[in-house]
Amino acid sequence: MSTQDISMNAILSLDKVTKTFGGLRAVNEMSFKVEDNSIMGIIGPNGAGKTTVFNLITGNYTPNEGSIEFQGKSITKLRPHQIVEQGIARTFQSIRLFPNLSVIENVLAGSHCRMKSGLFASMFRLPSQRKEEAQTLERAMEELEFVGLAHMWNEKASSLSYGNQRLLEMARALASDPKLVILDEPAGSMNQPETKVLIRLIQAIQERGITVMLIEHDMGLVMKVCEKIVVIEYGTKIAEGKPVEIRNNPRVIEAYLGKED
Amino acid sequence: MINPNSPSTANSPSTASTAKKICSSATYGSSKMPLYNYILIALVLVMSVLPQFMDAYWVAVFVSVGLGTLLSLSLNIILGQAGIFSMGHAAFYAVGAYVTAILNTRYGIPILYLLPISGFASAFFAMIVARPIIHLRGDYLLMVTIGIVEIVRIALVNDIGGLTGGANGLFGISRPEIFDIKIKKGEQFYYMIWSFVGVTVILFHWLNCSRFGRALSCIKEDDVAAEGCGINVTRYKLLAFMIGAFWAGMAGTLFAAKMTIISPGSFTFWDSVLLFAAVILGGGSQAGVILGAFLVFGLPEIFRSFAGARMLVFGLALMVMMIIRPQGIIPPRPRHYKLSKASQNKVDYALSQIQDSKDAQPTCSVHGKGEENL
Repeated sequence: MSTQDISMNAILSLDKVTKTFGGLRAVNEMSFKVEDNSIMGIIGPNGAGKTTVFNLITGNYTPNEGSIEFQGKSITKLRPHQIVEQGIARTFQSIRLFPNLSVIENVLAGSHCRMKSGLFASMFRLPSQRKEEAQTLERAMEELEFVGLAHMWNEKASSLSYGNQRLLEMARALASDPKLVILDEPAGSMNQPETKVLIRLIQAIQERGITVMLIEHDMGLVMKVCEKIVVIEYGTKIAEGKPVEIRNNPRVIEAYLGKED
Repeated sequence: MINPNSPSTANSPSTASTAKKICSSATYGSSKMPLYNYILIALVLVMSVLPQFMDAYWVAVFVSVGLGTLLSLSLNIILGQAGIFSMGHAAFYAVGAYVTAILNTRYGIPILYLLPISGFASAFFAMIVARPIIHLRGDYLLMVTIGIVEIVRIALVNDIGGLTGGANGLFGISRPEIFDIKIKKGEQFYYMIWSFVGVTVILFHWLNCSRFGRALSCIKEDDVAAEGCGINVTRYKLLAFMIGAFWAGMAGTLFAAKMTIISPGSFTFWDSVLLFAAVILGGGSQAGVILGAFLVFGLPEIFRSFAGARMLVFGLALMVMMIIRPQGIIPPRPRHYKLSKASQNKVDYALSQIQDSKDAQPTCSVHGKGEENL
């Protein structure tokens, strides 16, 4: 599991990815690899460009330069829904559920890209469509059970607590059958016991064979679950390595705490 | 769309309110027949015997309300379900009517064959005009769609390609024939158009309960999140336009066959506004939209004696309505899902676990009730 291992099996690799907004270089020649079925964390001070990196991977932004490869295929120019189809699912920093839809419908939205029924089959409720609908519902319930929200399946999404809304977003992401899940501050607005459950959940996602990438400010969580950490400051990668290495890296300490005189 | 009597799980904040059920969903059957099913059956019965008690004038009014209902239902896919502000629906209606009129008067193609042809023509037209503007949001899109209606109307007035007959329009459109029965009496049109409305309601209900309907709901709620979930937002918005236009085109065929004369004056911006009002007033559910269509297209007939003031009253009523009930008369209710036995067991198990953990230790439960966290 060594990050230095050259023969590592990368599921995602960024190569000199740059994104500018006007004169601002939000992400500057970012390169890193994510090992298959690992848990990787991205940390950095506020405004360092962490979420921008995620938005570049998920296709919400297109890089100005550089390329992103997923499972050996370039996804640099793909649109967000195509990237989900390729197997990358995400959650949002500011929770973006469909607030007026029910919990189960939010999960079913994630299943959308794995369903095949067309317009005609839907409009005339053909047997194939009904079968698919039932199977998908079953699958969606499994994901809800996985994150522990099965009993809330019929409630309105907006009626859930913030912590549970984050879990629901994860269930929605998992319903799209991803190879890589990208979690943007999953522990945001979660309390201590909720975070504990979250840590177990992230590890359980890995046990399913799914790669996890996350941005998090809760260092306890990051150090506990991540096998590799990338540190970003001002859109540039300043460190990369195992949690122990990062913890003792002088540049990282400087970025977080400032320079000692 | 849903069944409020279903076994709902713990503390479900049932938003389902009073509403008439449009389409009974036998597959979602519960043991007791819900009230709205009775209302629905009663409505269908009343509608089917109504022409026997009305004179020709009122039958004609109901026929035009029927066409208005059909158009409102088709606009509802675009505006109510996908949340796309389109005020250009009369353009699609016009394309359907003119395709019917041109093909029928020039080539003698029977009306019933022209029904799907006009639908496809209109959907194709929608695809071409909507594709470049589909990424626009809210009021920006609204402005462009207003432009589309005007362009279509002016093109028709200017006798495009010598096909549309200019301001006088086209005449001599033949009547539809079903099994050698020529539909020409008002009563016959009443039954034809309202059966068409019935079939439409069922098909649209099924569509709404499918992944297609869910995708539109997601887009309406948050299109960035929808795209991020793997929904091709552009494609589904475009499809919503095309289905709406397909049905508007078919309504155009029925209109042309009913009137036998069509002219650009029937497809103005004002007609688009009325359709828009019917959907907004109704609230986006099919029951609401039908009610909205009755109010918008039927009510003015009742107050015909106040001809001068009726638009004033209509405008006031709309304003009051928007203030006291902005979500519309009958907003859509959540879809209903019937869990399989296995899934229901999961729910029951989860509930029992929570009960246990509450009894044992009150802390550490993300899976507990939502309110205790934050």
